[in-house]
Amino acid sequence: MVVPTDTIWQWLSEVPDPEIPVLSLTDLGVIRSVTWEDETLVVTVTPTYTGCPATSIINLDIETKLRSCGIVDLRLVQQLSPPWTTDWLTEDGREKLRGYGIAPPAQTEEEVAADKNRVTRLLSRRDPVVPCPRCASKNTKKVSQFGSTPCKSAYRCQDCLEPFDYFKCH
Amino acid sequence: MSLELGEVDNDILFEWLLRRGDTVLVVGHRVSEWCGHAPVLEEDIALANIALDLIGQARLWLSYAGEVEGKGRGENELAYLRDVWDFRNLLIAEQPNGDFGKTLMRQLFVDAYQVSLLNALVSSKNSRIAEIAEKSLKEANYHFDRSADLVIRLGDGTPESHKRMQQALDDLWSYTGEMFIGDAVDTTMANVGIAPLPEELKPAWEDMIQTVMDEATLKIPDSGFAHTGGITGRHSEHLGHILADMQFLQRSYPGATW
Repeated sequence: MVVPTDTIWQWLSEVPDPEIPVLSLTDLGVIRSVTWEDETLVVTVTPTYTGCPATSIINLDIETKLRSCGIVDLRLVQQLSPPWTTDWLTEDGREKLRGYGIAPPAQTEEEVAADKNRVTRLLSRRDPVVPCPRCASKNTKKVSQFGSTPCKSAYRCQDCLEPFDYFKCH
Repeated sequence: MSLELGEVDNDILFEWLLRRGDTVLVVGHRVSEWCGHAPVLEEDIALANIALDLIGQARLWLSYAGEVEGKGRGENELAYLRDVWDFRNLLIAEQPNGDFGKTLMRQLFVDAYQVSLLNALVSSKNSRIAEIAEKSLKEANYHFDRSADLVIRLGDGTPESHKRMQQALDDLWSYTGEMFIGDAVDTTMANVGIAPLPEELKPAWEDMIQTVMDEATLKIPDSGFAHTGGITGRHSEHLGHILADMQFLQRSYPGATW
């Protein structure tokens, strides 16, 4: 049974990300392609981070979904290059993240300021501007580069004082 | 002997891939030993995340190594069913964690090495290696930022933290030289354009480390002595203890899965 790939994409858009269920796998941008090779459906998936424990769950969820939709011959392929980047998050996905309380990856960077942390200055890095997902204040501070999952950093809003997760640029 | 760019005997490629995979696997395991023991919660999470990245990279290298070897061994067999003398990691990867400062110093050395090596491998004539490098480099870069940040803060911190960071630097320095000493495997890989010669990585690495140490007010030892042996399977006593822990489940319950 060869189902149109548009339909497959629609089915995949109903599979939630295991760590951030407000996002679908298509919002996340990890599905690289969906093609038929004769009677076999080939879904190409890219890992977000090499060690992300969600990767194997994502593959399992894709398989479960497609099988429940009647796909019999299925092959999942891992593709590393070009590497996944947060730029592939859809606009819809960014809004869903914000609504969920996670700041989406920043699209602007601030200037390197004198009061920035030393390594930021030393290595001429630029910190992203991360608005608070609750009150939209830009007066926020990074608490730790690493958060509850490999893709997130821990931040705090200096105005509403709430801690929040930031889906970091990658 | 005629040379074809990107082409090399499988046994040489296998050997070289083990060096890449084993180094990140072993240091990744070391970092994971901190899980639940770091001085503050954020650092505990950071260390666990870095360990995950490193072990994830090891999976990419070792899976490829298994395919190249062609004897039916995959990432799991290579990680869990080889003994000490078959591991090809750099000696620095297996050095004990010590205190938090020593772990950070080891990580800074490894991260700077990873950044300089992976930067070169992105343009490898072997496309699979270039892809793995491109993916891993993104992670190595932010690992380096974090290690540099913390080494600076602790080096230029309190008298106690400064003393410990200088001690860590002195203790670990003699394990850095091995990163830049190649052998026939490296020469062959360089000749066919797959990988850089290890010594070519040294200037960029030294530059990164010197910049951080200056800011951290730490003094790099004068000695150029280097412990060697890891990449040919001659390890320090520590690796066996790591493997006893890491491989326990597969050795006691062969083939166990969950």
